[in-house]
Amino acid sequence: MAANEHAPGSDVAAGFILRRHHWHPAEALPWLIALAAFFVFPGYLALGTQILIWILFALSLDLVLGYAGIVTLGHAAFFGTGAYAAGLLSAKLGWSEPLTGLAFAAACAALVGCVSGWILLRYRGLTLLMLTLATTIMLYELGNARADITGGFDGLTGIAMKPLLGAFEYDLYGRTNYLYALAVLFVLFLAARRIVYSPFGQAIIGVRENVRRMSAVGSPVHRRLVTIYTVSAAIAGVAGGLHAQANAFVTLGALSFERSATVLIILILGGTGRLYGAFIGAVVFLLLEDHLAKLSPAFWEFGVGLVLVLTVLFARRGLLGLIEDGGRAAARLWR
Amino acid sequence: MSVPILETRALHKNFGALQVACEINFRLEKGARHALIGPNGAGKTSFVNLLTGVLRPSAGRVLLDGEDITRLAQAERARRGIARTFQINELFRGLTVLENVCLAVGERSGACNNLWRPAGAAAGRPVIDEALGLLEALRIREDALKRVSELPYGRQRLVEIAIALGQRPRVLLLDEPAAGVPSAESHIILEVIERLPKDIAVLIIEHDMDVVFRFARRITVLVAGAILTEGTPQDIAADQQVREVYLGTPAHD
Repeated sequence: MAANEHAPGSDVAAGFILRRHHWHPAEALPWLIALAAFFVFPGYLALGTQILIWILFALSLDLVLGYAGIVTLGHAAFFGTGAYAAGLLSAKLGWSEPLTGLAFAAACAALVGCVSGWILLRYRGLTLLMLTLATTIMLYELGNARADITGGFDGLTGIAMKPLLGAFEYDLYGRTNYLYALAVLFVLFLAARRIVYSPFGQAIIGVRENVRRMSAVGSPVHRRLVTIYTVSAAIAGVAGGLHAQANAFVTLGALSFERSATVLIILILGGTGRLYGAFIGAVVFLLLEDHLAKLSPAFWEFGVGLVLVLTVLFARRGLLGLIEDGGRAAARLWR
Repeated sequence: MSVPILETRALHKNFGALQVACEINFRLEKGARHALIGPNGAGKTSFVNLLTGVLRPSAGRVLLDGEDITRLAQAERARRGIARTFQINELFRGLTVLENVCLAVGERSGACNNLWRPAGAAAGRPVIDEALGLLEALRIREDALKRVSELPYGRQRLVEIAIALGQRPRVLLLDEPAAGVPSAESHIILEVIERLPKDIAVLIIEHDMDVVFRFARRITVLVAGAILTEGTPQDIAADQQVREVYLGTPAHD
């Protein structure tokens, strides 16, 4: 049964996979909006930077949850590790060059991801969920126990930043921070996008779809999962590092259960398994939080719960799914 | 006798008091067309699970082409050339037929170790072409871009086989390949099985005696986890013991 390379229709069927990784014009939209926001809302750049950091964090979760199907309630472990790594590097060791700080944050988080993933990813489902949760709680308590290093609940202070690339000072209005976070997000998004459309990316989707069959076709499932978990941890670590650098401050909140839960809500709200869900989820969640939480915290929390229930029940593919469906319906009407 | 491609020696498996495999000495010759039959609960699927490494035997050995693979995990055995299909479909339901087969081909060829080059880049073309070739051979090429979950069950059974062939197996274990397929369509599956490449050793587990006698050149009868007898289809058809336990009691003759 040799491959029949010149069969009629070969290119039609193959074209689907051959073109799948090509850029769609609509993919320019989030980046154009992010750049436009820089000029249109100069007073909201601090919030904008927070949104970009949450997008990056949710993007890292999408790789494991949306693509590999690893359900986790412990992703803050990597965000927090990155945040403390970048923070302590500057505050305690006096190394304040921002990009190497991020690289250090990524390396530390990747190490935690690789080691914990190696142990945890032999399990699945509820067991895995509880183990990821337990890991984060342990790290949180470790941070609490060594408050002499981490600053505990009072927070880690004394984080300073040298000018970015030796040229761009971190200004009071957060202009540099915003563009810095946007550039980092863009680079890591490109990396995540490449991974997702690679043969390896297809393999982790296969694990999500049917782990039994993947083992049966000879896939080293555990190695595949640990690999994507490590990559995801590194990206989450960079998000944490950005958080520490942008705020010049880290508290135990970076490692908290709330942070793990919030990133999960953001991703499910936006839509899992399609990269851009992280963007929509983070923007909607944080803008609503910024407006509604000020009006009434109780109403905000109730509202988040309600929206999440509606999403999970009626829009399983999240807000991005709704937008896609709406776009398709509009295209049909147009024709 | 030449070295069999797959062999078990005194293979034994029990779950507590329940014995599912008992002193099984089984040989699958190179290029064989071999059927494994037996009444419900005889331990046929458990035997497949022991061969593929889903289950670890309580005692005994499994050899692939003379090499002891008893301690190897399922995925490692699959990479060495043991492929199987499942009695109840185990497919990547949310993916297209082409993607399903590409996963098997990509994992076998090592393409899936690459996490940087797009699957659709020029270097990925051999994987896609090989998968399309298999779909062509199984005559499901026109379904290449359909989601598996949208296909009728009979066609899904063919995807099961296409995935297994994507592994380029030396040994192919077919666990009731026509199970659940309407009888009007089962001939499509049978034709595919009859056209399988000659160099693959095929072990088919089947209830349907028409299928078994049409396909197999050798038959093993499993009863209560142990081999009752083994022989050519003629031997088995004439065997009084087999008729009693499996084909029906002599009273019906």
